[in-house]
Amino acid sequence: MNTVNITIDEKPIKAEKGSTIMEAALANGIKIPHLCYQKGLSIAGACRVCLVKIKGRPGMTASCTTEVAEGMEVTSTDEELNEMRRLIVELILSEHEHNCLVCENNGQCDLQDLAYELGIDKIRFPVNKSVEPIEDSSEVILRDPNRCILCGRCVRACAELTVQKVLDFAARGSKTYIIAGLDQPLVQTDCVSCGACVQACPTGALTEKLARFQGRSWEFRKVQTTCPYCGVGCQLKLNIKDDKIVKVYGVEDGPDNKGHLCVKGRFGFDYVHHEDRLISPLIKRNGKFEKASWDEALNLIVTKFKELKNKYGSDALAGLSSAKCTNEENYLFQKLIRACFGTNNVDHCARLCHASTVAGLARAFGSGAMTNSIREFEKADVILITGSNTTETHPVIGDYLKHLATYNGTELIVVDPRAIELIEYAKIWLRQKSGTDVAWINGLMNVIISEGLYDKEFVENRTENFDKFKKVVSKYTPEKVEEITGISKEKLVAAARMYGKADKGSIIFAMGITQHTTGTDNVLSLANLAMLCGNVGREGTGVNPLRGQNNVQGACDMGALPNVYPGYQSVSDEQAKEKFEKAWGAKLSPKVGLTVVEIMDAASKGKIKGLYIMGENPMLSDPNLNHVREGLRNLDFLVVQDIFLTQTAELADVVLPGVSFAEKDGTFTNTGRRIQLLHKAIPNIGDSRDDWKIITEISERMGYPMVYRSPAEVMDEIASLTPIYGGVHFDRLEGQGLQWPCPSREHPGTPYLHKDKFTRGKGLFTPVDYIPPAELPDEEYPFLLSTGRILYHFHTGSLSRRSKPLDSIAPEGFLEINPQDAEKLKVKDNDWLRVSSRRGKVEVKAKITDRVDKGVVFMTFHFAESAANLLTNDALDPVAKIPEYKVSAVKIEASDYIDS
Amino acid sequence: MKLRDKEKDVIALLSEAQRESKHNYITEEKLKLIAQEAGLSYSEVYGVATFYSLFSLKPRGEYIIRVCDSGPCHLMGSRSIFEVLEEELKIKVGETTPDGKFTLEETSCLGICDEAPAMMINEKVYGNLTPQEIKKILKRLREKKW
Repeated sequence: MNTVNITIDEKPIKAEKGSTIMEAALANGIKIPHLCYQKGLSIAGACRVCLVKIKGRPGMTASCTTEVAEGMEVTSTDEELNEMRRLIVELILSEHEHNCLVCENNGQCDLQDLAYELGIDKIRFPVNKSVEPIEDSSEVILRDPNRCILCGRCVRACAELTVQKVLDFAARGSKTYIIAGLDQPLVQTDCVSCGACVQACPTGALTEKLARFQGRSWEFRKVQTTCPYCGVGCQLKLNIKDDKIVKVYGVEDGPDNKGHLCVKGRFGFDYVHHEDRLISPLIKRNGKFEKASWDEALNLIVTKFKELKNKYGSDALAGLSSAKCTNEENYLFQKLIRACFGTNNVDHCARLCHASTVAGLARAFGSGAMTNSIREFEKADVILITGSNTTETHPVIGDYLKHLATYNGTELIVVDPRAIELIEYAKIWLRQKSGTDVAWINGLMNVIISEGLYDKEFVENRTENFDKFKKVVSKYTPEKVEEITGISKEKLVAAARMYGKADKGSIIFAMGITQHTTGTDNVLSLANLAMLCGNVGREGTGVNPLRGQNNVQGACDMGALPNVYPGYQSVSDEQAKEKFEKAWGAKLSPKVGLTVVEIMDAASKGKIKGLYIMGENPMLSDPNLNHVREGLRNLDFLVVQDIFLTQTAELADVVLPGVSFAEKDGTFTNTGRRIQLLHKAIPNIGDSRDDWKIITEISERMGYPMVYRSPAEVMDEIASLTPIYGGVHFDRLEGQGLQWPCPSREHPGTPYLHKDKFTRGKGLFTPVDYIPPAELPDEEYPFLLSTGRILYHFHTGSLSRRSKPLDSIAPEGFLEINPQDAEKLKVKDNDWLRVSSRRGKVEVKAKITDRVDKGVVFMTFHFAESAANLLTNDALDPVAKIPEYKVSAVKIEASDYIDS
Repeated sequence: MKLRDKEKDVIALLSEAQRESKHNYITEEKLKLIAQEAGLSYSEVYGVATFYSLFSLKPRGEYIIRVCDSGPCHLMGSRSIFEVLEEELKIKVGETTPDGKFTLEETSCLGICDEAPAMMINEKVYGNLTPQEIKKILKRLREKKW
């Protein structure tokens, strides 16, 4: 770091070259008053209360806009400066009558603090007493212009953090005010309700609507924890009063979110206190659930599981672990299934999202996770984003990508069949036909090789099998690729050159790549592309799968998979088996277990008799739901542990009430391999129990005691058995957490993988040919259905649909259909449609939009009322066993369905 | 931050939109189109349009009468000019006549202080105003066809 020496109030300071006086002061604990300055936003220099004196310069200078220079001598406060500040604050206070008595931000208001610190006990100017109306059209944000001081922090937060640019200044002079859109109510604008403006507001002008009159800052207990929605792993500060979460802030030094949050992470936590929370165990008797004591429920479970194990053998039992639960819970769950049940039949919903990533990247590189860190994207020159609707599924990363494209000069290439929001920020958008990914990726590489744009040195020194791979790729000329994918050869060539010429190219992908019968092939192809251009093992490059759930990375790491123990140690590796047998004191099965979809299939065939599901809802999330229901109904005994009575729990014989993230200690591992802490913030609701304790209770009653005093102790055991987590202990995780691999206590963690050497040694090129999807549209089922998520809901909605603001903003499912197709079918917006496939049918409303191409329709899977997975195809990728959610064939008819 | 190519065109686009409108204002539809054309958000375009007082987002008269209220004109009796106009047009400053013919506004110095008091109607400037002169001008404009 380049530093310069300055003094502030005679204190010598080493300041970073290029930083401002304000930044240098704050970094050294010197408080210079400010209103319009906010860390992380651009500098406005508008409020003038941060004026300081610099020796040798006339007058006063705004410290937020002035760069430090060698030898600079700064006076941050003296009577003259304070007099000036008083004048400015008095002028601000005269613009509106600020009434702190009923202000939400009383006690955490920069203006209030400043008035107090400057001792402003009277205002020398006439105070404007006119009152403007409050704007409350948004479900979550309340705008009160009477408390606005026009600092512009909200305007910059919206433009720079969220990059929505909904807010701006209108008019001028004394009439200036803040507008949304064309001076519209917020609800009519492009506002995505992330609340970045609320967090940025220094006064009470922008506040959380639902937190109104629920408490003020000094009444709150503030607990930092990790967001339980998607895989970004945003750090949250929960504000709790009377054991209730009232509001949430993003933690400014959260390593990956830097203070930013999305609508779910800021406003979507009322589900924790929802009246539907399960508060006691339930046992189904004569088809009806009855409340039961823990003893009763646990004893029944143990009796039944023992009985089934004795009668049918260990492999008649299975468990589904949870990507929503902590690492410690996942570890204990798979330990229970393996060591106590005696089978490897344990899996979780990673099977449905990134199984192909884990399989593909493990094969090519030796490690199946994001190769690089989230915040390294700013170091990339070009980012290729494919099969990831990032702004809706990982909003905080999506906003960051928008920011980089807008302000950082990062070039984005988006490859997606849908016209997602990110295409507006992309230099190149390639619209491929769904399921043709191998073809276009091979096409890119064909051009890169034929134009000599690949990294010969990297290929030579760090990879193997290039020649065989090259032979296959040579068949995929731009002409041929255009024929298969519908991408024009000119655009393909342009994209190939952009990625191929970049010094640092990064690849981001998600479900659009993985959820195909060729999912593993797609991932291998992306790995080929990155290796070809030497984009692995360096900062700002890599192959970066965005994981969907808060802890899906961790659940995989913990071995909640049928083929591996914690840390991806294979169950068929005799040495690994011996190690775990010794540590766990139990005989382990050498047989690879069944995957999620195979478990359902085996259940319907009567091969699986007893199933324990923790925190998963296959009755909405799995493909071909009718088949899933058949399987679950056919079980002799089903236990579901959850916080709500989900569609799956309704089919259970015993339901156990676990706890939400807010009631838990433990760790989640985010998509960037970062292990972060959860802190218990509120007491357990009702008679619910910590999930990890439920597992150990069952285990103990089955005669296999697992004794731990806390999740921290569980992590110590994980560390002792899992080399990539070898140095991970709770006492090291406060603040920034740790990124695996972290093999020892002294190891600082690993921001990016495969530096100098791949995990598997050399990177492996795999020749991959294009294979069409399992089911394509035909005469009977003429439309191609793709499924995915929307911003306002999460997975099967068991959490987000119980959040009042989220479910009010997005209360129902829809089918996106192209205007031309709609016209042909004589369908209008919001008409009810009947959508059917070979596997089932649903009724859903039409949403006419050119986001989808002709012949293609799109549905989300959040809504039980219109469950997309009744339609989807359970055809599997042969390697990863991931189902093909992104392509199935459907027909669409007008429906006479009437909304109840 | 680098100004994108199209951003600088926004004022020209706003002027054009206002000129094209019969009622001397920029419609909401036009604002949205300009935002798309200039690659700006709605709020950014709205901010620019409301910053400049010569732009209006509300329908105005065919003739916009802007009376100078700067110092020299004030001394030379601009108040009485306002009074005559308000009486003749039966509207206050900032309003438009019900027939959509005239809008009355204030303006800063028009640069012909030697002919104070002065006013401007659309693009034409009138100096040495007297009540009689104003009545004559209004009569002429009223008789003119749209």
